[in-house]
Amino acid sequence: MALFELKNVNRHFEIRPGLVSRVLHRHPTRWIKAVEALNLTLEEDEVLGIAGESGCGKSTTCMMIAGLAPPTAGEIHYRGKRVDNLEGEALRRHRRHVQMIFQDPYESLNPRFRVFDIVAEGPRAMALWPERGIGTRVADILFAVGLEPGKYNARFPHELSGGERQRVGIASALVMEPETVIADEPLSMLDVSIRAGILDLLRGLAQERHFSCIYVSHDLSILGNIADRLLVMYLGQAVEIGPLKQVIRAPKHPYTRALIGAVPVPDPRYRRPIPRISGDIARPIDPPPGCRFAPRCPYADASCRKTFLGLDTSDPLHHQAACHRLEQITDDDI
Amino acid sequence: MTTKAVLEVRDLNVRYNTSAGPIHAVSEVSFDVFGDEVFGIAGESGCGKSTLIRALLRLLSPNGICESAVISFKGHDLRTMPDREFRKDILWREISLVPQSAMNSLNPVYRVGAQIVEAIRAHRRCTRATARERVAELFDVVGLQADLMDSYPHEFSGGMRQRAMIAMALALDPALIIMDEPTTGLDVLVQERILRRIRKIRDAIASSIILITHDIAVIAEMCDRIAVMYGGRFMEQARSLDLFESPHHPYTLGLKNAFPSIHAVGAELISIPGFPPGLIGPQTSCPFEPRCPFRIERCATETPQPVTITEQHEIRCFRSAEAESLRELAKSKATWHCSN
Repeated sequence: MALFELKNVNRHFEIRPGLVSRVLHRHPTRWIKAVEALNLTLEEDEVLGIAGESGCGKSTTCMMIAGLAPPTAGEIHYRGKRVDNLEGEALRRHRRHVQMIFQDPYESLNPRFRVFDIVAEGPRAMALWPERGIGTRVADILFAVGLEPGKYNARFPHELSGGERQRVGIASALVMEPETVIADEPLSMLDVSIRAGILDLLRGLAQERHFSCIYVSHDLSILGNIADRLLVMYLGQAVEIGPLKQVIRAPKHPYTRALIGAVPVPDPRYRRPIPRISGDIARPIDPPPGCRFAPRCPYADASCRKTFLGLDTSDPLHHQAACHRLEQITDDDI
Repeated sequence: MTTKAVLEVRDLNVRYNTSAGPIHAVSEVSFDVFGDEVFGIAGESGCGKSTLIRALLRLLSPNGICESAVISFKGHDLRTMPDREFRKDILWREISLVPQSAMNSLNPVYRVGAQIVEAIRAHRRCTRATARERVAELFDVVGLQADLMDSYPHEFSGGMRQRAMIAMALALDPALIIMDEPTTGLDVLVQERILRRIRKIRDAIASSIILITHDIAVIAEMCDRIAVMYGGRFMEQARSLDLFESPHHPYTLGLKNAFPSIHAVGAELISIPGFPPGLIGPQTSCPFEPRCPFRIERCATETPQPVTITEQHEIRCFRSAEAESLRELAKSKATWHCSN
């Protein structure tokens, strides 16, 4: 059974004009449709990568799964039980199972806490174990992320390098013994030479401690190195999902093709084909129905502007794209 | 590519005097930038790449001291030129800068076009109308519609702001444009478009470009020649094909291992253990020595001097003669992670 299941989930944000605008100018309330009709499963022990540009809804999706922002429509199930409507103590207890690793290790650690207290904060707040038990578990996890507890326990974040800080961030997520870890661009603030070390660490810990991971990034080369499965989003819609290698080597959706074609390649001989898409990404305010990529898509026709094809998520190994025009796309196009 | 160097730098040193002692941010850097080429400087945070260009443009903070043997730009000696003259005749007119996070470098309360008009009229005597015509031309070059001139920066997307900054840098037809991380923080598709635009501009107006970035893939796609910087020094300098096909310096080898490519899905990445050096106090060793799996005794007591491998390929490493075998060893993870 899937660990998480999102059923037709929407997340809309209201833009309510001020009183004067509403009364005098009759400006209507508008909606940002950050995530629309999303169906998704997260299996046990898998790393699901979510790729997309800014504003595609990847962070909103994470917030919904982490229970930090309830969906405005649809249901989220965790081990078969509905969790999107949890409140109070039940929600608090559920949150333990889903932990986040944040993007910026320079901003996400409390500068006045020592490393030990940063990592111990979660278990203490939840009173998971008696203080001595927390102590041994914090030491365990610090050791597991490669920070020797004796040396690092009493340090403050400003005494650590970026890589060490991100390791503390990983430790404080994992000390809760979560079943799902959400990592939102955890490498983007780190130097190239140490990124691979953090990736290895995360992958190794996921296997060892059996948690599933949602890894969000705009960098497809990094996702290509950690994910088992890849979801590509565009302006709040899931456009393609499938096993990693299939999606990257044989992308189906015109947007995925353009996105993968645009990733720079560390090879001076490589000559990049010119992408066939036009225009800029729109803002998801009161979007028209249909596929949101249609205005930029060279293949779009009337059907694309009318309805959006959702993805069928019953089989996690199934590689599929939410596109009406798949047959019209030939392999030599980008 | 012409063989005449537009910019010639020899033995450039920059140190910052701090309460903890002098920080040697840039040491013994020498390079040429030829006409009509893109010269890339690759390096991680704190390697001194931004300090280097600040020194060239005289934008160092007051505690930064720049010493060099030669900085010659199109025959002018930039070391002895008075500040006033430098600002009037060189900066912007001959050498322009697309700053890091250029997206946030526009003044939010002025219209975008007006800011470029201001830059043009500060350096060239012309009417507002002529300057506006020039801005319209520039917008066309960078792929913005001319009627966007009268918009405010907040009405632009990140990519559009970046293009506006590039337009501003092109305004006075400079011979050299320095771009500091021009696409960092932009989305992939926008980045692709801007890089394509920069290449087109280079072909069209025959300026030289210095491109600074930590992204090796961007460097590979854009540059004719590349310098790899670490701990304030150029560790390896070569034509990009040579650098990617026969890298010599252990740091370059390490960086290549650590950098993912979308063409090699799932390939093993190897990080470089350890941290970049602090650079405080005198430099008496190879800066990469503490992290280098191939270090020998000499590396800790002496700074390697540049060795020429082939034409235009220089490295600072005592073991340059063994590059072939080091390259083989560097492919294995055990080399990097067990010897320490």
